[in-house]
Amino acid sequence: MNLQQYKDIFLNGLWKQNAGIVQLLGLCPLLAVSSTVVNGVSLGLATTLVMTLSSGSIAPIRSYVPNEIRIPVFILIIAVLVTVVQYLMNAYMYGLFVVLGIFIPLIVTNCIVLARVEAFASKNDALSSALDGFAMGLGLTAVLGVLGAMRELIGKGTLFSGIDLALGDSAKDLVLHVIPNYHGFLIAILPPGAFIGLGCIIAWKNWLSLRAAKKRKDVIAPAPIDGGCSPATH
Amino acid sequence: MKRIARSTLQTAVNLVFFAVIGTAILASTYFMTHDAIVKSEQAEKMKLITQIVPPTMFDNDIIHDTISIPADPLLNNDDTTLAYRARLKGEPSAVVLEAIAPDGYSGKIFLILAVHANGELAGVRVVTHKETPGLGDYIDIQKSPWIKNFDGKSRALYKDDDWKVKKDGGKFDYMAGATITPRAVVKAAHKALMYFDANRDKLFAENAAKTEETK
Repeated sequence: MNLQQYKDIFLNGLWKQNAGIVQLLGLCPLLAVSSTVVNGVSLGLATTLVMTLSSGSIAPIRSYVPNEIRIPVFILIIAVLVTVVQYLMNAYMYGLFVVLGIFIPLIVTNCIVLARVEAFASKNDALSSALDGFAMGLGLTAVLGVLGAMRELIGKGTLFSGIDLALGDSAKDLVLHVIPNYHGFLIAILPPGAFIGLGCIIAWKNWLSLRAAKKRKDVIAPAPIDGGCSPATH
Repeated sequence: MKRIARSTLQTAVNLVFFAVIGTAILASTYFMTHDAIVKSEQAEKMKLITQIVPPTMFDNDIIHDTISIPADPLLNNDDTTLAYRARLKGEPSAVVLEAIAPDGYSGKIFLILAVHANGELAGVRVVTHKETPGLGDYIDIQKSPWIKNFDGKSRALYKDDDWKVKKDGGKFDYMAGATITPRAVVKAAHKALMYFDANRDKLFAENAAKTEETK
């Protein structure tokens, strides 16, 4: 593995193959938990931790797992890791644990975790597998964070509400009341807001990718010298 | 045939091996975090209790001065719950009860209530609920101070007929757009007070084993 390959792994996880907006895997927490930035990012980080550990620990033992029972073994390992994370959160971040509640055990059923183990960790070495899990998790966390910010801002007019649950009571002042005296826009907080928000993010990503592809084409087929910068871009 | 049996056995042994390792990791994590989990759960409970029973009102170890009370239709509990007793210099000052309002807009509303020894409500808090965000969730202290309406109310102060929202001819405020939610909470608080009046002596009964513990 050289540096370029590691870079590719990161780029894939964060952008090109982003779990949330390209592979569209792991939608359950994406839609349910992303009502605020703090909730979205915390569950995203918990998932990242699980993905890094599961990909990193499955890769080195992949040759000892018979092909026929690889899925049960993978799920067993993922479930153990999720439960460990759940115990740790319950013990040391109780407030957040209460908020995220049922969604922590549900990380086990989040198909993105098993998907990366099956597609990547069962064929690659430990270090790059762990990196892949980490990058994929971070990509998901970013989407959860952006979606959470959109929904929270539109729905409640705040940002980072509930951050004291993650960082302790002293962090209460970090809550930003972006729009004072905001009456709230309910649909953004409710599940439809998650679908609409996710749709907007996917559209934005597709638009960027299309534009990038178009530009590349322009470079390959050289544009007329005078109009090279295509002034008509939107 | 023999070969198939052998490879099946090997696969099974393999699976058992992973299961054993997984169990070992889980068990050790459980024992490592168990104390911290109990501690944070108690701290959380304490935080909730001190919201409705000010610390000046008790000097006993309230978390451990408990009595288990069987499910009762007036509390709407499905299971046995714990009542926490607040005592000041050995005298009972308040009791913390758990109750359920079964008829919220979207299911059960779990309440915790503190009742002074004289039958006055010290405070009510919603522990969990599924009411509509932005409409019915004003029963949550983090959204609105509405729930403080109950502070100091008792059956001596309000007749049984007054334990309703104003829309139904009672004395409790509500917010336009959501009457079902406060109606359920008021009803549950009223019933909890009736339970308290009926079981007052039992609730404060000294628990022989517990008194030794506190001293």
